[in-house]
Amino acid sequence: MTSFPWITSLTALPLVGAITVLFLGGKNKALVRWTALVFSLISLFITLYLWHRFSGTADGYQFQELHTWVPSLHVDYRVGIDGLSLLMLLLTSIVVPIGMLASWQIEQRIPLYFSLVLVLQTCLFGTFTALNFFHWFIFWEMALIPAFFLVRLWGGSGSAKAAMQFLVYTMVGSVAMLLSFLALFLTAKTFDFTELATLAQNGTLMPAVVAKLGWHLLTPEHVALVIFFGAFLGFAVKVPLFPFHTWLPSTYAEAPSGTTILLTGAMSKMGLYGFLRILLPLFGAEMQRVLTPLLWLAVATIVLSAYTAWAQKDLKRIFAYSSINHLGYCLLAIFAVVKATGGDTALTAQKFAAMNGVFLQMFNHGLTAATLFWFIAMLEKRSGGLRGLDDFGGLRRVIPVFTGLMGIALFSSLGLPGLNGFIGEFLIFKGSFPLVTWATSLSVIGLLITAIFILGVLQRVFYGPLREKWTQLPDLTLGERLTLIPVIGLMFAVGLYPQLILGVVNHTAIQMALALRNF
Amino acid sequence: MLAWTIYISFLGALALFLLPSRRAAWARILALATTLVTFALALSAFVQHRSGEMFTVVSYPWISSMGIRFSLKADGISLTLLLLTGVIGVCGVLFSWNIDYRIKEFFGFYLVLIGAVYGVFLSFDLFLLFVFYEIVVIPKYFLIAIWGSTRREYAAMKLVLYSFIGSAMVLIGLIAAYVVSGSRSMSLGDLAGFHYSPHFQMWAFPLVFVGFGILAGLWPFHTWAPTGHVAAPTAASMLLAGVVMKLGAYGCLRVAMTLFPLGLGPWGFHVIGLGSWRDVFAVLAVIGILYGALVALVQKDFKFVIGYSSISHMGFILLGLMTLNQIGLSGAIVQMVSHGILAGLLFGVVGRMVYARTHTRDLPALGPMHLNKLLPFAAFTFVIAGMASMGLPGFSGFAAELMILIGVWHSYPTLILFVGIGLIAGVAYIWRAMQQAFFSGSAPAAVTTSHDHSLPPITLPEKLGAGILICSSVVVGTFPQLFLNVIHPALNSPLFQGLRKGGW
Amino acid sequence: MNAINYTQLLQLVWPEIILTITALVAMAADLLFFKRSPLRTRFLIASSIASVGCLIAIFRLTGYHQGVLLGSVLLSNPVTHLVQIALLIIAILTLFLSIDSTFTDHVGEFVLLILLATTGMMFLVASQDLLVIFISLELLSLSVYILAGFDKHSPRSSEASLKYFLFGGMSAAFMLFGFSLLYGYSNSTNLGQIANAIHGLPLNPLLILAIVTTVIGFGFKIAAAPFHFWAPDVYQGAPTPSAAFIASGSKVASFFIFFQVLVLGFAGAEGSATWHHFQSGWVPVIVTVAVLSMLLGNLVAITQTSLRRLLAYSAVAHAGYMLLAFVAHSEQSLAALLYYVVTYALAILGIFGVLSVTEKHLGNDKISGLAGLSRRAPFLSACLFIFVLSLAGIPPLSGFFAKFLLFTSVLAVSQGSKLLIWLIILAIAMSAVSLYYYLRILKSAFVTDPPEGEGSVSSPVLMRVVIGLLAGGVVALGCAPDFILNQILQAVHASGL
Repeated sequence: MTSFPWITSLTALPLVGAITVLFLGGKNKALVRWTALVFSLISLFITLYLWHRFSGTADGYQFQELHTWVPSLHVDYRVGIDGLSLLMLLLTSIVVPIGMLASWQIEQRIPLYFSLVLVLQTCLFGTFTALNFFHWFIFWEMALIPAFFLVRLWGGSGSAKAAMQFLVYTMVGSVAMLLSFLALFLTAKTFDFTELATLAQNGTLMPAVVAKLGWHLLTPEHVALVIFFGAFLGFAVKVPLFPFHTWLPSTYAEAPSGTTILLTGAMSKMGLYGFLRILLPLFGAEMQRVLTPLLWLAVATIVLSAYTAWAQKDLKRIFAYSSINHLGYCLLAIFAVVKATGGDTALTAQKFAAMNGVFLQMFNHGLTAATLFWFIAMLEKRSGGLRGLDDFGGLRRVIPVFTGLMGIALFSSLGLPGLNGFIGEFLIFKGSFPLVTWATSLSVIGLLITAIFILGVLQRVFYGPLREKWTQLPDLTLGERLTLIPVIGLMFAVGLYPQLILGVVNHTAIQMALALRNF
Repeated sequence: MLAWTIYISFLGALALFLLPSRRAAWARILALATTLVTFALALSAFVQHRSGEMFTVVSYPWISSMGIRFSLKADGISLTLLLLTGVIGVCGVLFSWNIDYRIKEFFGFYLVLIGAVYGVFLSFDLFLLFVFYEIVVIPKYFLIAIWGSTRREYAAMKLVLYSFIGSAMVLIGLIAAYVVSGSRSMSLGDLAGFHYSPHFQMWAFPLVFVGFGILAGLWPFHTWAPTGHVAAPTAASMLLAGVVMKLGAYGCLRVAMTLFPLGLGPWGFHVIGLGSWRDVFAVLAVIGILYGALVALVQKDFKFVIGYSSISHMGFILLGLMTLNQIGLSGAIVQMVSHGILAGLLFGVVGRMVYARTHTRDLPALGPMHLNKLLPFAAFTFVIAGMASMGLPGFSGFAAELMILIGVWHSYPTLILFVGIGLIAGVAYIWRAMQQAFFSGSAPAAVTTSHDHSLPPITLPEKLGAGILICSSVVVGTFPQLFLNVIHPALNSPLFQGLRKGGW
Repeated sequence: MNAINYTQLLQLVWPEIILTITALVAMAADLLFFKRSPLRTRFLIASSIASVGCLIAIFRLTGYHQGVLLGSVLLSNPVTHLVQIALLIIAILTLFLSIDSTFTDHVGEFVLLILLATTGMMFLVASQDLLVIFISLELLSLSVYILAGFDKHSPRSSEASLKYFLFGGMSAAFMLFGFSLLYGYSNSTNLGQIANAIHGLPLNPLLILAIVTTVIGFGFKIAAAPFHFWAPDVYQGAPTPSAAFIASGSKVASFFIFFQVLVLGFAGAEGSATWHHFQSGWVPVIVTVAVLSMLLGNLVAITQTSLRRLLAYSAVAHAGYMLLAFVAHSEQSLAALLYYVVTYALAILGIFGVLSVTEKHLGNDKISGLAGLSRRAPFLSACLFIFVLSLAGIPPLSGFFAKFLLFTSVLAVSQGSKLLIWLIILAIAMSAVSLYYYLRILKSAFVTDPPEGEGSVSSPVLMRVVIGLLAGGVVALGCAPDFILNQILQAVHASGL
């Protein structure tokens, strides 16, 4: 317990920034943009500081803050971070500046745009650090609002429909999740994640809930499954998991690129975070019971999304579906970890690997996807709004630096060893294979297809014949290069020296995996 | 001191009616001053009486030959609702700053209404409560019939007749209760302590509950509400939906459920799965939630959306009352406060900010006006109000609905699914209305405002009113403990003993 | 045959004597001295003289002790004092409301008739002997028939008077027939002795006939359905002060004596109208009349466009409510009845007062003619507001409390009478219906805009004072009813039932 409320300050800082930006008004555009960027960079520095101070070997949560809030409902304001949360905080702190930079050319209502981005950052920070369902849910829900408006007000022609779909899907999921949690509260009398996890571990949580509800029409197991399903739905929509994913491609495509970066880089991790922080500890038994259907869904997510990405012609849609695919691997690994293995220590070691793989994949995908969409944004700016796969060709001759750097990002997404994308996927597959062999084997198809379409992108956009209208395309400016270099550098760094990340998260991964036992 | 909220309101009304017509502009200031003073009184009482226990405000003998006393008391529940009345009273005046037709009569009737509402919340003698409850009826008629809009005379008459029928039913119940208990006293405490026979309670309870329920928008007796609220001028809608409907819910809790708790018990037989009045009203409440939300979803008139949303929200309150556990009941009371604030805010935006300027409430017509550009403050306020209304965490609606949902899980788990659908529908209709009214048309990023007429800017009173209400909603949402601290002791008081002993 | 003690008689009838003398003095003064003066002065003088007389009579009544003559041919006890004082006050108020009238120049006669009618009423309420009741009733009726037809310029007025007379004559015949049957039973015209004679007898056709004809006779007087057909025409046709007097004073007296006759005279033959415990007697007959009155009065009033006719039908409805007190026939219900009818009289007087001002300006009594009254005559419309809402039964006005008192007294009588709840439900439901047409009046006055070009409606100061007093009285009696209620309760209790 530290005396200075780091986490609350970190969470509140972007909100302060949002209000500041709004007050600055719309006269001086540059001032607004830079102010917003500065705020996000301060958040980055604070996060790095926390990273530095974080202990990679201590148990439980660090930097905790605890205040009573609504005693009648057993709600406390409790925040803290473990390896996973810190990783997500870092990811968010990196992705938000990237998103802002990619939105530099937005001309309409700039103060509103940047303040919405900052509000979104607050909500993300809040979600990743809250340890009590009450305020966790507040941040979870509030994040929808800036996201909705960012897509709706600055998006493309189909943004109305896309934003609405995004909202409705997420809200349905949220309502289901809320209801399930209230059912849990009924017996457990607490909203605190840690306490609920302990009860679930003892095996007392679900039986008590089921007994309390007294539904005589369903068997106790089925009641437990219904409650699990409610919570599951909320997160499954967010990740997204097939078949709840249909909102994602349109939303990503219609949103302005800067927003897409935020959506794919940070918001999609909210769903996975929820799986790890909430579903696994609380509903482990139920997940074990429905493991096979879950695995089928994960496999479907991986394979079908890769296949669909291959068929797309819009660059943004390609990588939207690719995002679904990459996150599908995380789900595969999570479900693999859930599987009951008895006391087999070798398999337990595989679980650690898979869990680490999930964390790494979350971070790496966030980073890589954000960068990719950033590149697409830059391309769009130069091409005057075009971003179709067949619109370009032979660009490597005209914008070589761009080609090189985007190529690196593409290979990272593909999973080339030496870049960050590889290590996460490797650990996932290594860990999952012994645990759920058939599912892992099927998922390899996804890897193959991904390789095919990414190479396809590379070939169609940068190689091949050059068209007349692109001969004057400007290459990366100095500013762009300066900002891209650290990001690309980070890709290499993590790819070559994953201990950077693992040092912080490994302990947490192990703890989480150990917390799951046979039910 | 709290009794002065009533007296000052009535005195203010009298002063307004006597105001010479030349000084009509002073009417607004007088009205604002009166409402501010009453709000301050309510607030200071709330702060002062932290314990939430019932305390006597005044108690004079009145009609001693019948055992009727002029007796005012307050406990945590009353204090909370008094505070709500104070806030809405002030904001209603602010939102009505632009009225310029028969100003002093408007504010005169307004203050009579507020005074009578204070009276109902403070009354401890049921005769006195009924007197104030009836006094509420007449100003409503005139406020709607004179200053209203769509079909105002019809709407006003319908609203008043429904209310009156409701109060007629209550009167029958009250007279019966009074007589059966020996015609000695009309004090709530005495009557609540009297042991009415279960048979008596079994018919008296639904009678009084439905009587109050009509005013609370209980389905299917709710049809007066959308018409009435739409026809009413903004401030009247705010008061009607925000506070007066809560009178009905308050009456359900304070009178029907307190006097006749055995009426909630099982009948001994089942009809289509319902085994007691409690089941019946719970199901009706859920139907109200769904019906209000689903009908709001298809409305073309902006104000009708809000009107039907009131029905939906009141359904939550009534459902919370029927859960009969502490958390559900507390949730119902917090929802009374929350919906009061939010209804005030929503009607304020739709009626005052939008309609008074655009002179249309037709959603398809509002869309092309690009109101998010012309009236950004209105758009912002509606977004906040809408989010709060649909239960976004951080605002008052979430806190209230959370507690009600827990209560429902406890008592009626089978209904949870329907309530969930209601929640989702709640999101849908708000977003649809918001979408169509403010953010419609082509992607506004590319739109240039080619309007040669811009709309009058949002005035300071409107901003103040909206600001007060938004802050109130946030306070209730983030610090519900403030209110739960006084509500819980009130619910645990001896007055509700019969209800707890039933223990259902 | 007992000899009449003339000293005692004189003692008892002093108030009536004072009234008669005053009436004659007023008429003489007007005919002899003021024939040439302006109309208003004449009315003022005559009314003042008459009022002074009434006041003296009131003083006499307040100071006097009880007495009985010949075993209730005439009696004087607290409750009769109370009713007589109320009647005198009503008379005074009627007289003052008539000061600005222009419908006649026979001022002296007019005032004489009012006072004679009042005298008739005073005798009426002070007696428990059938003959005296009948004679007083006739005195009252004849005076009132003439009063109704006093406006010789209006054919409506003559029509009203004729109708009233014909109806009244027939109902008097019915009543007399019933009385003769009662005499046949008991060989006495004293209510108490009649009760003794009837007591224990099974209900045979003659007794039933007696009950029914008595009800017809009195039912006509109180304008209960289905004997009410004279009311709309009389209310509409009679000149305003006459109509006001009929609507208020004669109601008070008639209700009171009707109650006495039924409860005292037919004691033992009540029967019961409770749900599932129906028993024949006069109570079921009253209940039938009451239900008919409430239903018919309220439902037909909805369709009226003339304010006066609306008031007539609402009078029928109110008669229905008041008859519920008969169903309970207890001390408490008598007190409730008296409170109700007195406050009702005040409100009706008030409305007629307002009507007399507006009709002067408008020329008709249409409800739509009241448009914009709140802007044109704020004080008058505020008073109208109070009177109408009191009739509708809105707290904190006296009409509400009267209804509350009445309903509780009906239910409070005995265990079995809880089952009278169905009557109460009907009454309250009909009250809800009545709100509709009362609000229509107020809508016209407050909501509708005044017609173009119409200025403010002025009214004489005296009218305003009287109407204001009445409004104040209605409010005061509603907010602090205990003052008068206690008096009534004590009086009723002291007088025995």
